[in-house]
Amino acid sequence: MSSSKYPGFDTLSLHAGQRPDPTTGARATPIYQTTSFVFQETTHAASLFNLGRSGHVYSRISNPTTAVLEERVAALEGGVGGIATASGMAAIHLAITTLMGQGSHIVSSHALYGGTHNLLTYTLPRFGIETTFVNPRDPAAFRAAIRPNTRLLYAETIGNPRGEVLDIPAVADVAHVHGLPLLLDATLTTPWLLRPFDHGADLVVHSLTKFIGGHGIAIGGMVVDSGRFDWEKSGRFPTLTEPYAGFENMDFAEDFGPSAFLIRGRREGLRDFGAALSPTNAFHFLQGLETLPLRMQRHVENARCIITFLRDSPEVAHVNSPEIPEHPDHALAQRLLPRGCGSVFSFELKGGRDAGRKFIESLQLFSHLANVGDAKSLVIHPASTTHARMGAEALQQAGITEGLVRLSVGLEDAEDLIADLSRGLYRSQK
Amino acid sequence: MYFTVDGQEVYTATGAETHRPGKPFITFIHGAGCDHTEWVLFARFFSRNGFNVLSPDLPGHGKSTVAPLTSVEQLAQWVLALLDAAKVGTTILVGHSLGSLIALETAAKNPQHISRLVMLGTTVPMSVSDALLNAARDRSQAAVDIVMQFGHAFSSQLGHNPVAGISAMNHRMRILERGLPTNLFEDLNACHTYLGGLEAARSLHMPVMLLLGDQDRMTPPHSTQALIAALKAPDVRMIPNCGHMLMSEQPEAVHQALVAAAMGR
Repeated sequence: MSSSKYPGFDTLSLHAGQRPDPTTGARATPIYQTTSFVFQETTHAASLFNLGRSGHVYSRISNPTTAVLEERVAALEGGVGGIATASGMAAIHLAITTLMGQGSHIVSSHALYGGTHNLLTYTLPRFGIETTFVNPRDPAAFRAAIRPNTRLLYAETIGNPRGEVLDIPAVADVAHVHGLPLLLDATLTTPWLLRPFDHGADLVVHSLTKFIGGHGIAIGGMVVDSGRFDWEKSGRFPTLTEPYAGFENMDFAEDFGPSAFLIRGRREGLRDFGAALSPTNAFHFLQGLETLPLRMQRHVENARCIITFLRDSPEVAHVNSPEIPEHPDHALAQRLLPRGCGSVFSFELKGGRDAGRKFIESLQLFSHLANVGDAKSLVIHPASTTHARMGAEALQQAGITEGLVRLSVGLEDAEDLIADLSRGLYRSQK
Repeated sequence: MYFTVDGQEVYTATGAETHRPGKPFITFIHGAGCDHTEWVLFARFFSRNGFNVLSPDLPGHGKSTVAPLTSVEQLAQWVLALLDAAKVGTTILVGHSLGSLIALETAAKNPQHISRLVMLGTTVPMSVSDALLNAARDRSQAAVDIVMQFGHAFSSQLGHNPVAGISAMNHRMRILERGLPTNLFEDLNACHTYLGGLEAARSLHMPVMLLLGDQDRMTPPHSTQALIAALKAPDVRMIPNCGHMLMSEQPEAVHQALVAAAMGR
C-alpha cells in the first residue's frame, strides 16, 4: 500500500468544499445569488424536503455558495460540518437554541466579547435560559457552577481584551465528566492558530467577520461541530435524541449520528430563526479564507513587533498579551498556541481615560472602530464602546479599566505602525 | 426499531416509517466499522416511495450493542435471522463493501428471500492489507486514517458534499472512530478471510447490480473481473470521480442507480 496523507491546512484553505463548477468550468466558487432552486419533479421536491435526497430548496436553509464555505471552515477545524449564519452572534444563538430551551443553564467564562455577555446576561434569561459566569482560568469554577439543568459550558479561546487563554483540555474534561459539551468562540485564534477540537472542545463558533474574512467588508458567523459528543449517551439533549414534531418526528441522533446537531440546527434553527448568511457574503469569506494562513502568520509577526515596542515605551503601564512571559497564561499559550496568540491584545496607558482619548485621537494609521481581525490595524477604548453596557462589577471581572486600549494589529509595515503608535503615545501624555 | 435476533435485541432503521403490509422490502447492509446512518438518505427515500425499509446496525455496531460477529458466513446467517424476525418474505438486498459480501452470502444461502442484489464498492476476494489489518487489530487511529485516505477519491477528500454543510469525510471518520475499539478489526478480518464469494456468486440466479467507484483504491474496479465473470449477466455501473465510499462521495449517482435497480426507472 503506497503512502497517503490528508490534504494540508493551506490546501484546504484554497480547495475544501469546492470543485470547479460542472456547468461552466469556473475555477472560483460561483455566487449562487438565488432564493430558490427548481425541482426536477414532485417526488424530487418531496425528497428534498424530507431529507430523502441531497440538494438545495431555499437559500435560507442552504445554498451552494454558502455550502462551500461551511464545508471549508469545517475542514479547517476538523469538524463534521458547519452552519454559516448572518453574524457571529447568530451562530452563538443558533448553537444555544439547538441544544436547549426554557429552564436550561449555561456555565460561561466571564471573559467574553460584550455582545455575548449581553446575550447571556440580559436576553436569554427572558427566554428561560440562565448563565453563571466563572473565571476562565479556574476549571474547578466551571465544575462548581454546574447544576442539574446545565446544558453547556462556554468560553472564548482567548479572552478579549485581557488575553485569558482557556485551558481547553481541562475545561473539556470538566464538561465531559458531567455529560456536557464545551462550546468555544474561536474567533480570535482561527483554526490556523488553534484547532479546539484537537484539545477536546465539542463545538466552535466563529465570527467570520474578523480574521477569516480579513477584509472588513462582510458580516457573518459559523458554528462547527466536532461530531465527537455523544448526545444519546449524555441523555440531556432531547432536541437531538427524541422525535421532533416540527420535522417529520425526526430523531436526529438516530438518523444522522455524528451530524445530528448540524441537521437539527439547519432544519429548525435556520428555518425558524432565519439568520442565514447571504451567498455574496459567503463568497467574500471564501476569498478571505484563501489567504488565511499567510495573513495569520503576518498578523502574529506584526503583533510581536508592536508588543516589543509597547513594552519598552515609558507611556505604557503594562501590556496584556499571553505572548509575553509576565502574562499569567504565557506557559499555557506556549502549549496550546505554538504559532502565536494572534494580534488582538490590550495595554494600559498611563494617565487613564484622558490619556486614552488623546492617544486614540492622535493616531493616523490605526482606525478607531468597533471591530477586530481586519487586514488594517484597528484601535478601540473598550470601556466606552464594546463593553459600555457592562456594569462596574462586570467590567472589573473582565479586567477592563479606564486606561485600557485594545489593538488589532493588521498587515501594514510594522515600522509604519510603530511610528503611528509613537506619535499617539507622545501626545497622550501632553 | 428494535428486533430480537438470536435472542439479542438489535437495532434496525426503517427510514423513519412504519412497515406496512403488502409493500416490497429493501434492506441495506452497511460496511466495515460503519452503521445504519450511511444509508440514511436512501432509507428515507425508499420508505416514502413504496418500500418497507430495513437498515440494521450489524451486531457490535451503532445501536446494536451486542458482541460483533467475526465472519461473513455468521453475518449472513444473522441477516437471514433478522429477515425472519421482521417477517420479510422477499427483499431487495443492498450491501456496501463488507455489507456487499454479507449480501452475496445471504443471497446464496437463501435465494428465495432475495429478489435482487445490489453490491456497492465490492470485489471478491476482498483481501485487506497487512498494514490496515495490523493497525485495526491494535485499535490504532492509523487504521481509521488508512480507510479514510484510501477509501476516498482525492476530490472527495477535499469535499463538496451535496448534503449542505456536512463534511462527508469527517462524518465517516467519526463513525469509524466510534467503532474502532470494538468492530473495525473484526469487520476487516471478516472481509479478508471470506473465501466463498466466487462460489456464492456462481450459484445466484437473481438480478445483480454492481456499483463501482472509478477511483476506488480499496476494492479497485479492475479487481472485480472474477466476480463479474462468476455472476450471470450482472448490471455493472461505474460511478465517476468516486472512491470506495460511494454513498457519501456520490449520493445522487447512487440514488439514481438504486432507483433503477429497485423501481426499474
